[in-house]
Amino acid sequence: MSDLAAEILIAVGLAFDLFGCIGLVRLPDVYNRVQAATKCVTLGTCLILAGTAVYGITGAMSIKAALCAVFLLLTSPVAAHAIARGAYKSGVRLWEGSVIDRYGEEVHPAGPPAERIEPAAQTEHTVAAGREPHE
Amino acid sequence: MTPFLAIVAGGLLLGAFLCLYRIGRGPTAPDRTVAIDILGTLVVGFCCVMAIWTGQDFYMNIAIAWALLSFIGTIALAKYLEGRQYNE
Amino acid sequence: MKQVLCILFTFGLWLLLVAPWPVNAYWADVLVGLVVALLVATLLSHIYPDNPHKALQPRRIFWFLVYVPYFLFYCVQANLDVAYRVLHPDMPIRPGIVHVRTDLTSDMAKTFLANSITLTPGTLTVDILGQDLYIHWINVEGQGVEAHTAVIVKRFEKILRRVFE
Repeated sequence: MSDLAAEILIAVGLAFDLFGCIGLVRLPDVYNRVQAATKCVTLGTCLILAGTAVYGITGAMSIKAALCAVFLLLTSPVAAHAIARGAYKSGVRLWEGSVIDRYGEEVHPAGPPAERIEPAAQTEHTVAAGREPHE
Repeated sequence: MTPFLAIVAGGLLLGAFLCLYRIGRGPTAPDRTVAIDILGTLVVGFCCVMAIWTGQDFYMNIAIAWALLSFIGTIALAKYLEGRQYNE
Repeated sequence: MKQVLCILFTFGLWLLLVAPWPVNAYWADVLVGLVVALLVATLLSHIYPDNPHKALQPRRIFWFLVYVPYFLFYCVQANLDVAYRVLHPDMPIRPGIVHVRTDLTSDMAKTFLANSITLTPGTLTVDILGQDLYIHWINVEGQGVEAHTAVIVKRFEKILRRVFE
């Protein structure tokens, strides 16, 4: 019975992991990718860890899986926040379909730093031309 | 290895290949950083599969260590992206 | 007081990590854990929150236990939302960075608020400056700071204030 519950948890977790990875590939700019990937993969892996805890082959394994899930829930949003802030400060622009950018208006009103990188149009073009974009 | 665990391992491998695609394709450094972070989290899931398959609980030690080290690595990369300021 | 709680916390965590507990075979492990806990408490206790005894008040623990399932509910909803947006052939996204304000003042509360925002539907904390938060939102609705604050921040603020302030 608990085996079945564990397998359902692990299967749902795997599905969320895959959604997160598909989002990582499909979405248009780095901020959207951080969002989709962090949310889905964090919850998916936590569900897999919960499934491992429910399987409970040894008591120690359950305790460690639960601890690992707590660590993951605490650390991964911090990592996502750090990446998003680093990306903004290193000059990656929002996707051109974005509707609003209060952060740019209120915190960096002087305009973009010198080495702004166009995420979508320009680099797609360079990759299509067979060269790696310089960074 | 039971068929169920084989399917889970295969699915995680597929996710890892999608991350590798994003690492290779870029186009910017933060994109690659995100993909590396996600790859680390997927490895934690893979450690769970290995732990269930073999019944050895030291795989969970590896999972915990991997989760924490991957977090530290991501923070370091993000700080580097922020303009080489390590003084905060 | 702070150092003692720091030692207890670190040592308890270590005991969970060396979990197979026929302790007679693992005295060396426990000893190492005790030494490291002492080292951490003396060298790094300034990183820990300033008044940890607050965490032991039953009222705060009760509201924290209320907060966990509340948060997990929104977390699951967030994942279904993202899965829908990712799998939809047209990708119905309308991203942007919005500005919201919070009433919370303590660092701990703001950290939890930012982390909760990152894991809930369509939002990601980009930066925190004092009490201003800048949120990347995958599907911007409404206009103005108040409208955005009402949607993103209010649902966690009520409970987090009772836990941390």
